[in-house]
Amino acid sequence: MQRRLTGSANDPRIRARYRRETRFKGYSIAALFVAFGIIFAFFTDIISQGYSAFWRTEINVTLDYNERAERIGRFAVAEDLRQIVSRGAVRSIPLEIRNHPERAGITREAWVPVTSRIDQYFKGNEELAPELARQVEALKAEGVIRNTFNWAFFTSGDSKLPELAGIFSAAVGSILVLAVTLVFAFPIGVMSAIYLEEFAPDNRLTQIIEVNINNLAAVPSIIFGLLGLAVFINTFGVPRSSALVGGLTLGLMTLPIIIISTRAALRSVPDPIRLGAFAMGCSRWQVVRDHVLPLSLPGILTGTIIGLAQAMGETAPLIIVGMIAYIPEAPTSILDSATVLPAQVFTWAGEPRNAFVEKTGAGIIVLLAILLTLNAAAVFLRRKFERRW
Amino acid sequence: METELKNGSVTKAGVTMPETQTTRDQQAVGRAPTKMSATDLNLWYGETQALHGINLDMPAQEVTALIGPSGCGKSTFLRCLNRMNDLIPQVRIRGGVALDGEDIYDPSVDVVQLRTFVGMVFQKPNPFPKSIYENIAYAPRLHGTGTSRSELDDLVESSLKRAGLWNEVADRLDTPGTELSGGQQQRLCIARAIAVNPEVILMDEPASALDPLATATVEELIHELKDNYTIVIVTHNLQQAARVAGYTAFFHMGQIVEVNDTDTLFTNPAEQRTEDYITGRFG
Repeated sequence: MQRRLTGSANDPRIRARYRRETRFKGYSIAALFVAFGIIFAFFTDIISQGYSAFWRTEINVTLDYNERAERIGRFAVAEDLRQIVSRGAVRSIPLEIRNHPERAGITREAWVPVTSRIDQYFKGNEELAPELARQVEALKAEGVIRNTFNWAFFTSGDSKLPELAGIFSAAVGSILVLAVTLVFAFPIGVMSAIYLEEFAPDNRLTQIIEVNINNLAAVPSIIFGLLGLAVFINTFGVPRSSALVGGLTLGLMTLPIIIISTRAALRSVPDPIRLGAFAMGCSRWQVVRDHVLPLSLPGILTGTIIGLAQAMGETAPLIIVGMIAYIPEAPTSILDSATVLPAQVFTWAGEPRNAFVEKTGAGIIVLLAILLTLNAAAVFLRRKFERRW
Repeated sequence: METELKNGSVTKAGVTMPETQTTRDQQAVGRAPTKMSATDLNLWYGETQALHGINLDMPAQEVTALIGPSGCGKSTFLRCLNRMNDLIPQVRIRGGVALDGEDIYDPSVDVVQLRTFVGMVFQKPNPFPKSIYENIAYAPRLHGTGTSRSELDDLVESSLKRAGLWNEVADRLDTPGTELSGGQQQRLCIARAIAVNPEVILMDEPASALDPLATATVEELIHELKDNYTIVIVTHNLQQAARVAGYTAFFHMGQIVEVNDTDTLFTNPAEQRTEDYITGRFG
């Protein structure tokens, strides 16, 4: 029997072809590994720097609401512990006594945060003077000092004292800003897309509009900040640093994303559905309302969520409209001064103290977690409602 | 007559047929009264002329088949009959199409109203991705011809019965129309068109996406429907035209070459091109 199918093993041209294929596959796999390596290094670095901020060192002290503490809170703490207890934990005692005079003279026990230097010492980031180090180690051994989950990071706003600083006010600011963005950009974006896709004639004017919308999506975000500054603050007098101006500015930025994704979602509805509806005697609006919109809604929502997620991570335009501010108290309305999560991270990243380095990492972890959740929601929506024709 | 298209309250049963116009031109076919007629109809897509001076009378309560090779303009012509071409930008139309003698391209005509008189079934079944019930009840509810639940229930049942689908889907009206088989979907689309109570039903190759068995069912249905509706059907399938249509028009290069009753056209064509086409020499 003549074997014709196995001879290629010795053909140099064919062997070279296989070698090239193997080599190319190798390059691709190497590229993939590099990409994953970078992502892995990034996450490891952020998490290793940031996770310790979710814990804090507290000390059990007896607070004595004596006469001196009515003027200066620090005097409520025994003298040898005064350089251990955080100033921020006791500075509100005079105010507390003024508001509740019946508390004057009482003593009570409480777990209060220690100063950031000691907190950092226990986290292995900083050295202490030997004497102080011995003292806190002894307290730790007695069980007077403990390491506990840092709820305050989620429930308090920014502070100049790192042991008290949290992301609450920035998170509230982010929610308000995104709410304004959504209310502003969603209806305008969806209606524009419906007009362009379903109603507008295909002429020079609509083509120009289309090209411009696509270009707008590629404009650097800081330009939108300048636009927001010029239009909203200087022309319309919207309060600077407020969630309103931030939300409107991010709305400008999100608008083209929503328009483009909505148009894609509308376009994915097959034409026979439209023709069928027209042939039943539907007007154009009835076709859109009853047939096209319900079918494209998941796509529209997915695009909106992705647009919002992008807006949420945006910092540059917000710097221009003054949202990079020191905001210890959470804003209560969209007109109050506010900051947002990425801007808070930016502020902390500019602080030289070690304690703020871990805050920066923790802020990034929270931000990433929220963004991943939003993107997962978008993927889930798309998967769940995806239709095939 | 003039107000009929604009005034939906006129009962369709009360409409009187116009006098037959058999002698209007040489291409009139009618022994039956004419339901729709095209007069010197020209159509351009941009600069390209797709229809050249079409004259065709479509008799009432009959099936008129439009045959011809691909790109001959038969589907384009069909879409002129309920003004679906309005949806395509850059289409220009000159000439007239009349429904019971009333020009459907008159500026005062409401297209939405026209389409309730002239329904359409498409090549590929396109049920709405809603329940079978909703597919049929949607348009009557929209046009206000069926409002109460019981009225709609009756309408859904009668439409499905007329489309020969009732026995197959009666117990699952809530399932999506898109889950039916291809032939069932097409009959659902026909039922959907019937539910609007049209006078004319246009069919654009209604069986070309179906298997032979489903095709036979749909053809049977078309045969039954012609007792109540005027049907205009575009088909690629010559046997199908021979089976279902009383009249057949042969289109070629945007013109009507020949129109006659189906038997005559297929057995004794007057034009050489018709004979070449039906004997399979081109197209």
